[in-house]
Amino acid sequence: MVEFVDIALLVLLGITAFSILRQKNLFAAVMMAGIYSLLSAGLFVVMDAVDVAFTEAAVGAGISTILMLGTLALVGHSEHQPQHRPILPLFVVILTGAVLVYGTLDIPQFGDASNPAHHHVAPHYLEESEHEIGIPNVVTSVLASYRGYDTMGETTVIFAALVGVLLLLSLGPRPRRVVSNGQRISDTDSGKPVSEGGVEEAQEDTLQISPEEKTLGDTNG
Amino acid sequence: MTALGLFNYWAVIFLMMVGFYTLIARGNLVKKIIGLNIFQTSVFILYITMGKITGGTAPIFVEGGEDVIYSNPIPHVLILTAIVVGVATSAVGLSLVIRIKEAFGTIEEDEIQDESL
Repeated sequence: MVEFVDIALLVLLGITAFSILRQKNLFAAVMMAGIYSLLSAGLFVVMDAVDVAFTEAAVGAGISTILMLGTLALVGHSEHQPQHRPILPLFVVILTGAVLVYGTLDIPQFGDASNPAHHHVAPHYLEESEHEIGIPNVVTSVLASYRGYDTMGETTVIFAALVGVLLLLSLGPRPRRVVSNGQRISDTDSGKPVSEGGVEEAQEDTLQISPEEKTLGDTNG
Repeated sequence: MTALGLFNYWAVIFLMMVGFYTLIARGNLVKKIIGLNIFQTSVFILYITMGKITGGTAPIFVEGGEDVIYSNPIPHVLILTAIVVGVATSAVGLSLVIRIKEAFGTIEEDEIQDESL
């Protein structure tokens, strides 16, 4: 029964992934990506990884989809037909796939309890964590205690990503300035950003805005 | 479950390659990020597959279960971290896409290339 569910979910995942690839409407593709995440969450439950399944369902299928939909609202949702022939990418993909399949040939069989992955530190966690940490869920005790620094590093990564997103989105297109004769025309007197200048000129220029000017530009725009 | 043998790994490789192809062959930047997500999720499935033990159960202690087999918790922990980091990565990627749209007016790779010439 477990084998059947496993195979069925993997086949459904394959079909979903393939239809995302074929889909020209980005809105539909994002929805299919949500379905893909949810199916993989189901597969994680079948493979005993219940904590991972929660996270994948909440973060992968929920937050990712919302982020993508928000992006689509800003950038539009139709994809153009690619102009170049897909022969080179197809060749690269088939070659990589073949090498990976070759690599699986001497990998330990699925579900075998004697696999090397189960013989290093995992038995210690499974035997001792109840006495050492006192939490019945082993994943929680490893995540929060044995590998606590790892989780702290993860938090740092999320913080860095947050700062990156805020910087990228808050710079915005607002204070566009035109450079003429090497001198920058300030727009602070008029109270409105000068936006006639081409995008190319404005781009290099936004990078040179000093902090005070940027604050002014933000309050104006 | 040993009847499955290597099937899981091959299915993961198929998903990985579909994601990889979407990433390198499609010109639309949002589509590329969706491809990256497919690739990421297939890596998660690969790790969780490695942690599974036939006849095992989720690594949460049950009362009086001395002879219960638990699946390996370490891949689960690693992938929990990876899922969250993956979402952070796609958030940064998507905000880059929004900036590119503002600067070039398009998110198609070939049009961006034409415009920046």
